[in-house]
Amino acid sequence: MIKSIRVIVNGQEHERPVEVRGTLADFLREDLDLTGTHVGCEHGVCGACTVLLDGEPVRACLMLAVQADGHRVETIEGLAPAEGLHPIQEAFWAKHGLQCGYCTPGIIMSATAFLRDDPAPSRGAIREMLAGHLCRCTGYHFIVEAIEAAARALAADNRT
Amino acid sequence: MGAKYFGASVRRKEDPRYLRGEGRFVDDIKLAGMLHAAFVRSPHAHARIVAIRTEAAKRLPGVARVFTFADLERWMKPLPLFGAIPPGLAARVDVTMKQPHQLAMCRDEARHVGEIVAMVVAGSRAVAEDGCELVEVDYEPLPVLADAEAAARPDAPVLYPDWGDNIALSFKTGFGDVEAAFRQADARVRERFTIPRYVGMPIETRGVVAQWDPRDGALTTWNGTQVVHFVQQGLVAALGLPPHKIRVIAPDVGGGFGTKANGYPEDLLIPAAAIATRRPVKWTEDRREHMMGSAHARAQVHDIEIAARRDGTMLAVRDRIWVDLGAYNSWGIVLPYNTVAHLLGPHRVPSLDVECRGVVTTKTPNAPYRGAGRPETVFAMDRIVDCLARELSMDPAELRRRNYLSEADLPYELQIPYRDGNPLVYDSGDFKAGLEAALRAVGYEALRAEQARLREQGIHRGIGISSYVEGTAIGPYEGATVRLDASGHAVVATGACCQGQGHETSFAQIAADALGIPLDWVTIVGGDTAAIPFGVGTFASRSAVNAGSSIHEASGRVKDKLVAAAAALLAAAPADIELADGVVTVRGAPGSATPLARVIRAAIPTFARPGVASPDFEATVYHHQPTVTYTSATHVAVVDVDPGTGAVKLLRYLVAHDCGTVINPVIVEGQIHGGVAQGVGGGLLEEMVYDEQAQLLTGTFMDYLVPTAMELPAIETVHLEYPSPRNPLGMKGIGEGGAISPPAAIANAVEDALQPFGVRVTRTPLGPSVVLDLLDQAAARGGRPA
Amino acid sequence: MKPAPFDYVAPATLDEAIGALATGGDDAKVLAGGQSLIPMLALRLARPALLVDINRLRGLDGIREASGILEIGALVRQRALERWAAGRSPLFSEVFRAVAHPPIRNRGTVVGNVVHADPASELPAVLLCLEGVVVARGPRGERMIPADRFYRAPLTTALDGNELATAVRFTLPPAGAGWGFAEVSRRHGDFALVGVVAVLTRAADGTVARARLAFFGAGGTPVRGVAAERALEGRAPTPPLIGEAARAAAAGLSPDGDIHATAAYRRRVAATLAERTLTAALARCGGGA
Repeated sequence: MIKSIRVIVNGQEHERPVEVRGTLADFLREDLDLTGTHVGCEHGVCGACTVLLDGEPVRACLMLAVQADGHRVETIEGLAPAEGLHPIQEAFWAKHGLQCGYCTPGIIMSATAFLRDDPAPSRGAIREMLAGHLCRCTGYHFIVEAIEAAARALAADNRT
Repeated sequence: MGAKYFGASVRRKEDPRYLRGEGRFVDDIKLAGMLHAAFVRSPHAHARIVAIRTEAAKRLPGVARVFTFADLERWMKPLPLFGAIPPGLAARVDVTMKQPHQLAMCRDEARHVGEIVAMVVAGSRAVAEDGCELVEVDYEPLPVLADAEAAARPDAPVLYPDWGDNIALSFKTGFGDVEAAFRQADARVRERFTIPRYVGMPIETRGVVAQWDPRDGALTTWNGTQVVHFVQQGLVAALGLPPHKIRVIAPDVGGGFGTKANGYPEDLLIPAAAIATRRPVKWTEDRREHMMGSAHARAQVHDIEIAARRDGTMLAVRDRIWVDLGAYNSWGIVLPYNTVAHLLGPHRVPSLDVECRGVVTTKTPNAPYRGAGRPETVFAMDRIVDCLARELSMDPAELRRRNYLSEADLPYELQIPYRDGNPLVYDSGDFKAGLEAALRAVGYEALRAEQARLREQGIHRGIGISSYVEGTAIGPYEGATVRLDASGHAVVATGACCQGQGHETSFAQIAADALGIPLDWVTIVGGDTAAIPFGVGTFASRSAVNAGSSIHEASGRVKDKLVAAAAALLAAAPADIELADGVVTVRGAPGSATPLARVIRAAIPTFARPGVASPDFEATVYHHQPTVTYTSATHVAVVDVDPGTGAVKLLRYLVAHDCGTVINPVIVEGQIHGGVAQGVGGGLLEEMVYDEQAQLLTGTFMDYLVPTAMELPAIETVHLEYPSPRNPLGMKGIGEGGAISPPAAIANAVEDALQPFGVRVTRTPLGPSVVLDLLDQAAARGGRPA
Repeated sequence: MKPAPFDYVAPATLDEAIGALATGGDDAKVLAGGQSLIPMLALRLARPALLVDINRLRGLDGIREASGILEIGALVRQRALERWAAGRSPLFSEVFRAVAHPPIRNRGTVVGNVVHADPASELPAVLLCLEGVVVARGPRGERMIPADRFYRAPLTTALDGNELATAVRFTLPPAGAGWGFAEVSRRHGDFALVGVVAVLTRAADGTVARARLAFFGAGGTPVRGVAAERALEGRAPTPPLIGEAARAAAAGLSPDGDIHATAAYRRRVAATLAERTLTAALARCGGGA
């Protein structure tokens, strides 16, 4: 069964026919070639496919593409300016907050919403947020430091 | 060599693309006309395949082809094998070994849940899965082997009838007079330890894309593998093409940990489908397939005994080891012998007697995973050492202190060969110093005092120690070709493949230093068989030493060529040529500064003066690594255990380690963190569980529990540096080490925490239900009830 | 791991939704937050012929508090209730910390969680403890199903196939009530191995005026700890009495074993956690839940 959807992804509107059984993750990757959203489990546990739906992090594998009709989606590709990196990305780079980079886009998308809501989080709060994302490379240690550093950088940006 | 970059925590060159979502993983590859594959997998642990009917699947709109074994028979050569017994080992240890042939698809028998029975290729993955549901297979269930020890009994059904039994591998080895040592000892302790099946579980599953080019008669395949050349060799054997017609590319790979260093059926089946359909074909493993179809690991049982004097001096160790190999034995000697070679670790033990048996069962095949035999053997050893400490009423740290080797003892030879057949000689390190550094950093004495205070308040805190000495960087080689372009920028090709370890940065640091050019001028190409014809791959903590040494030497040779060309151009003696930051100068003549690009241009025949050589700024080196280098570490875990619920909270985790000289300290630290996290998973959470019918019960991420940031503390690290004399830069391998000790350290800490109840920890993972069972068992033995 | 094919409708009105469910019969499934259903589709453990997506319905996204009743519409995301609870309900705030993770709570609905009826899930036990009601709409109109008659078996409730749960109502603890919540899970955010939620109020004389206790992960459905409630009400809550009450309640449980915990573990730790939550609830009496 095919339905047509209209969705705004990273500020750009797309109107596409989709298979109703297709997930938002598959739509982003296959139909829009936004392959920065990674798929790690297709059952909602690993968090690699996390994107922002109307500004809030959701699992793109736990939503049908057809359900995104009329909504706004942000993916990792929409985060950075054309040149350079977003301050959160910059902090992950500076603090070695990634190794293989597979879980990274999902974590960064969660972190953007998290730091918007809690601009000066405790380490415990960072870990609690991160628990929704599986990373198999880093042991999370440097990711926690990266998010702390990102919080400081974003706060400094807001002051200037 | 000017070490401008070596030893510096430079930011990783590869990170911006990952951070921007611009990495390219196998599943990101999209080719025109591409088809998608899905597999019918055996739901039985062991069954005869009586009939397969594919008509309904073939009729499904969107399905292009359905393949069974019969359809692909011409390509169905046995999958390649690892783990032959090297002559040096065969000369010293009498190993009996059988390696059954594994085919990419079941011919008439399935030997584990998840083994491939048929392949459906369709216009989309979803339709391919629909097609799989329409393939009808008649299975006749056969007897299962769910337990290695039971499978070794004479009355067990035999998986490979011509063998007569299920023992795929057995050997005994050791040294010294163990019998006498046990007779003379003041203390003897014995225990049985079980190390469960747990696995690498990268967040990116495996995947293969293949494209057949009829014009060139050539195959290109993208494969999320750690071993592109090995995959190529398998395809060469199966397809009957010369290697240069088969290009294997590992693009960005989302974690490997050994799981992706295996030869897999899909490596061949997807290329076969691409050749048969004349269309590009993609297969992306889903998580459920990964659980049953990608290699499992660990799964050992140790009956270990130790003998010691009253003062703690260790006299002998005896160990009887069972390895559950799963349905095949493609890794031969590797896991069993690694287990034996690493048993004694940092301890000075004058006599050893080990017997090891590898048994086939009807479960997913076992293969090396980060540590590859070492976490298992260290679990047995460090647990029995703690048992000995209890027997002697001695502090476990003190017992270790009395038995660890120190720098003055090195080089130290164990009287058994290493797995590569060479003498097992620890090259450098100071294990006692490592222990002391760990104890100091963790504040051991203060922790013990605090533990006593907390116990009075009913808080059960425990401290656990574990140490290892790890042979890393196994050879025999990894090569590198270093080539400059006209601008003086370097392309370095190597057979080492990266799965997140930061090769593009660490290797560039080595090359940039040796060449005298900026770091940004170096591009590392790993994981592409077209870039370098021979290679081994990345596993076994081997790439920094093997590939790094080749890159260092090849870069040095290219620099020599540059110096010669610059000397000709600048009319100076080669000895007076300096090359730094991509600029050539004649010593003492700052005005002579010449960009490297000019030197190279001046060597191109179009522009060259007569007598100047060609623009041959290229060198290939295949560094031969004589034997392994020995990395070592002491880990300390601090836990709280709630005797009411069995919940274990890991409060602190500290690692004091030596991995020789360090290319990039922050990358090394990241490797330790990641390894520790996986080891903590093995200690507390992770297990592939089978029932007695060898049915896999852990099918999703809801069942197989990868630790999150909430189950891990910050990881403390202390760095020691004892350079290896076995390679030009003094490096040792670090990839695996972090994962070796956590299960043992945590088990020791949990037992320590529950010492008032008399708990004995004999297996992991220590989930709350297991911990309460241990408390019950202790109470049944007469300990204090919780 | 792709879902089997299905048809899909996203009705604009409640009547259309109920009509679609009636048409689809047993092969129709309601899709709300999808956080439990979509994994089951992906694993092909659920194979509905028709998905009725209720996310386009209007008027179901309200959180209303009146006369001590908290009504949560069928499209209220767990995250929305969590935000509502911040500063208002420490009990709900604590419970939501244990419910999966923010990206799941952003999408998953409160009502969906309650009607999915996973016996190890927290919210069904909270509904039971707070003597909640499920508001169901079907072809024959609306009915209220009390929580203690709602849960039948794992993933099985008193809802008819053509009924849609449009809201749930929690009876908020009265002022001065104390609360307790505890669970053991393998990892943060996982379903509980076993857990307990409790609410206590005390009379002026210090005796327990009212006790409500519910277990999760301790059987095929969430279970009220009636034995504990009876043992405590009207009596002075001494530590020995609390322990006795907790054990009495746990003794009536018949949990199952699985790869993460044995049945015996669940029964035993149910008692431990019941004692701890009751003790915590007692300590919090007078504070507000």
